[in-house]
Amino acid sequence: MTIAQIEEEIVSDFELFDDWSQKYEYIIEIGQQLPALDEKFKTDVYKIKGCQSSVWLNASQKDGLLFFEADSDSVFVKGEIALLIKVLSGRTPEEIMSAELKFIDAIGLRQHVAVTRANGLANMIKQIKAYALAHKER
Amino acid sequence: MKQILEDTEKTFDVNTIRKDFPVLSENVYGKPLIYLDNAATSQKPHTVVDELVSFYSTYNANIHRGVHFLSQKASQAYDDVRVKVKEFIHAASEEEIIFTGGTTDSINLIASTWGRKFIHSGDEIIISAMEHHSNIVPWQMLCEEKGAKLKVIPMNDKGELLLEELNNLLSSKTKLVSVVHTSNSLGTINPIERIISKVHEYAAANSIEIPIVVDVAQAVVHEPLNVQKLDCDFLCFSSHKMLGPTGTGVLYGKAKWLNDMPPYRGGGDMIKSVSFEKTIYNDIPFRFEAGTPNIADVIAFGKAIDYLNSIDRIVALNYEMGLAKKASSLLSAIEGVRLIGTAENKTSVVSFIIEGVNAMDAGMYLDTLGIAVRTGHHCTEPVMQRFNIPGTIRASFLFYNTMSEVDALVDGVKNAVKFLKR
Repeated sequence: MTIAQIEEEIVSDFELFDDWSQKYEYIIEIGQQLPALDEKFKTDVYKIKGCQSSVWLNASQKDGLLFFEADSDSVFVKGEIALLIKVLSGRTPEEIMSAELKFIDAIGLRQHVAVTRANGLANMIKQIKAYALAHKER
Repeated sequence: MKQILEDTEKTFDVNTIRKDFPVLSENVYGKPLIYLDNAATSQKPHTVVDELVSFYSTYNANIHRGVHFLSQKASQAYDDVRVKVKEFIHAASEEEIIFTGGTTDSINLIASTWGRKFIHSGDEIIISAMEHHSNIVPWQMLCEEKGAKLKVIPMNDKGELLLEELNNLLSSKTKLVSVVHTSNSLGTINPIERIISKVHEYAAANSIEIPIVVDVAQAVVHEPLNVQKLDCDFLCFSSHKMLGPTGTGVLYGKAKWLNDMPPYRGGGDMIKSVSFEKTIYNDIPFRFEAGTPNIADVIAFGKAIDYLNSIDRIVALNYEMGLAKKASSLLSAIEGVRLIGTAENKTSVVSFIIEGVNAMDAGMYLDTLGIAVRTGHHCTEPVMQRFNIPGTIRASFLFYNTMSEVDALVDGVKNAVKFLKR
């Protein structure tokens, strides 16, 4: 599946919900399915700091593809990073860098959280894309 | 507060009051809005909103310069608010009232003008451990520039200042004390009269002068203030936390200090005469109000003061304390909930954490129920460091909140604990 196809799949999953509270709960559920991050990555080196939450993100490369794993001290933010991982993990650096991530608008996430400084979704995207750029230039 | 009355809802007609605030009948996510973020900003009565519309639709003009009808009317309305503010805080004269952009701007004005003139290398400025960043950073900037030192009055585990420590901090090097009246993140009401008299007595005994700045941003909407009784040298507050518009606020200063301070910003209205050789500055308060001021918001701010003057403020205060008391006792009974800030004398702010739950997650959960609270460090990072927590969930009440909203908050928190605890 392409990034666009996965994004479409996510958007159609979210269409099942009528209101924000159901989407909020679903995002948390998605986060709960994220595989545990090795404790050794829970250090400042891997930390993406939001105003009210922290994310630890590790990237690794295999056969030209980038893989991400993460955790957060916020269950909601963990859901957000899980969505990003679903879309962007296991992709080439080029794919990651050119991903427009339109699903964030489409599922109503931007309207609720991305504009606030509180949770740092923008920083997570920036960090993932920075990893992609670094690996591309290697 | 000491005046708590039991069963205050009987004596305070909250349902009538609520009708004056249009936002309170809004729905969010299809649920009735429960607005418990009053310490961040208060909602506005329709008289304030209407005045903004009325100004722009019927008498918008620049002030203090025009000879035409609209300018005269706008100037009069603007100047009238200065008198209203003077009476509201019982200042000796209206020239002691300066309109600023808000509390932050007021504190920066003092730091930039009074500070520029009177603070020198080796001097000391005393603040408290529970200051908002706006009463820390301007002084830090000043200290850095001048080679002065910032000293901090510590607090205990309940969030009360250790006043005996103030005795140790005061010295011949002390040039200024700047203290918050009511903490935005802990809710503590400081014994501000005692602090002021302690500092002034120390200064008098040592034949020096130590002016005191009091940040009343969180207090001014709740309790009547009298600057002459307090005997503070400066007082800072914002319109938007006391039912008025954003973007304006007040710096009160004793005339003897204001007269002795250099201007803040240069521009129009703050001058008597300008030539390329020399500018003669205007008298106070105009010296500190360069350029076209925030005319519309100041005029509408006057309506906010009228509104506060129209209600029985002591009854309203008692009612608010009843809301906070109920919230505190029900929330602290929930397993895993811990109140942060348990001072004996508190305003209607209830800050708490839920063990094992990120504060933002809880705030977002409450938001899905239509309940607006604040989460995070509330611009008081040193307070969070003192309690060794990243942030709190804060519910802050105003007289238009209801007991059933407190119940909804408590139920919401109970469900948040169940849903979010991992």
